[in-house]
Amino acid sequence: MSFLDKLLGRKNSADSAKERLQLVLIHDRTDLTSAELESLRDDLVATISRHVEIDVTGMQFGVEHDGRSQRLVADIPIKSAHRRRAARKSKTK
Amino acid sequence: MPAQVVTVTSGKGGVGKTTAIANLAVALASNGSRVVCIDGDIGLRNLDVILGLENRIVYDIVDVIEGRCRLKQAMIKDKKLPNLHLIPAAQTRDKNAVSASDMNRLVKDLRSECDFVLIDSPAGIERGFKNAIAPADRVLVVTNPEVSAVRDADRVIGILEAEGKGPGALIINRLNPALVKKQDMLSADDVLDLLAIELIGIVPEDEGVIVGSNRGVPVAADPKSRAGQAFRNIARRLMGEEVPFLDLESTGSLWERIQRLAGRK
Ligand SMILES: Nc1ncnc2c1ncn2[C@@H]1O[C@H](COP(=O)(O)OP(=O)(O)O)[C@@H](O)[C@H]1O
Ligand SMILES: [Mg+2]
Repeated sequence: MSFLDKLLGRKNSADSAKERLQLVLIHDRTDLTSAELESLRDDLVATISRHVEIDVTGMQFGVEHDGRSQRLVADIPIKSAHRRRAARKSKTK
Repeated sequence: MPAQVVTVTSGKGGVGKTTAIANLAVALASNGSRVVCIDGDIGLRNLDVILGLENRIVYDIVDVIEGRCRLKQAMIKDKKLPNLHLIPAAQTRDKNAVSASDMNRLVKDLRSECDFVLIDSPAGIERGFKNAIAPADRVLVVTNPEVSAVRDADRVIGILEAEGKGPGALIINRLNPALVKKQDMLSADDVLDLLAIELIGIVPEDEGVIVGSNRGVPVAADPKSRAGQAFRNIARRLMGEEVPFLDLESTGSLWERIQRLAGRK
């Protein structure tokens, strides 16, 4: 990494390589493109929302790897029933 | 004991498969093992020149498979190591001349004759690669600390798993410790983290490898070469020994070496 890179706050090239490879390998291993993952997430949100109200902005979704195997990880906050009721009340007012 | 059959492959070309085979062959044979190398890169014969045996070829692997000669006649004996032999690739014939069952049959005949059969695979994941891994007991995947080589290695490891050949063991070749230190090259740990398979060797970038290939004398024969040392260590690991990995960082500046000696780093 050159002095200029550091000065400009640019990430070192080894880290870029590793991060880019992490993403590429997930796609290669699962045969899922970023677009497909996104549409999977949207379907998931739609399905779950039919049963319970969720906080989409606080949600985490992605593929993680554990050794050579991949897992789909979704962490979806549910809006509390208390707040839901309050929201409904304010709407009916 | 029947031979251990080891195939070296990589997906990407030019990462050091042929270099690895030649050096492992020399290192194993120098330790007294009986070694037969098979050049599986049909149409792109190379192992013969890297081993310095190109002038002795009469018959090749396709001649054996098609019955034009006996197996023994196609086995070229090394000049210095009498227990090292090469079965060269065919140079002119088409790639479809060899099938996986041909390879299996050939290797079966060799198993009782030696301690190690080392098979050099062509680049890619097509027929030549499939032929090379078919008879393997163990597959070594060579990669370089670079994005394309690591990506291709991952593909190959996936295929090996799917074909029931295990994930294989990894050789990281052409590691440049100075570049790793500048954080401009993936470290061995980074590569291992990404590929998540067993490591069997880390070989440094070494000009001696090119000098050795110019002369047809692999660096494993040079006691002073660092790459040679790394290949000799891999050979010992193949023989079942536990050998610690080289500290490649110690190629740093004199000051850093002194600090390290003083236990400060
Ligand atoms: N550790 C190394 N240091 C320097 N050069 C190397 C090293 N390993 C391989 N090379 C060089 O890289 C090139 C490709 O190697 P080769 O073994 O022919 O690759 P492959 O068989 O995978 O196509 C050759 O010119 C070789 O000399
Ligand atoms: Mg080669």
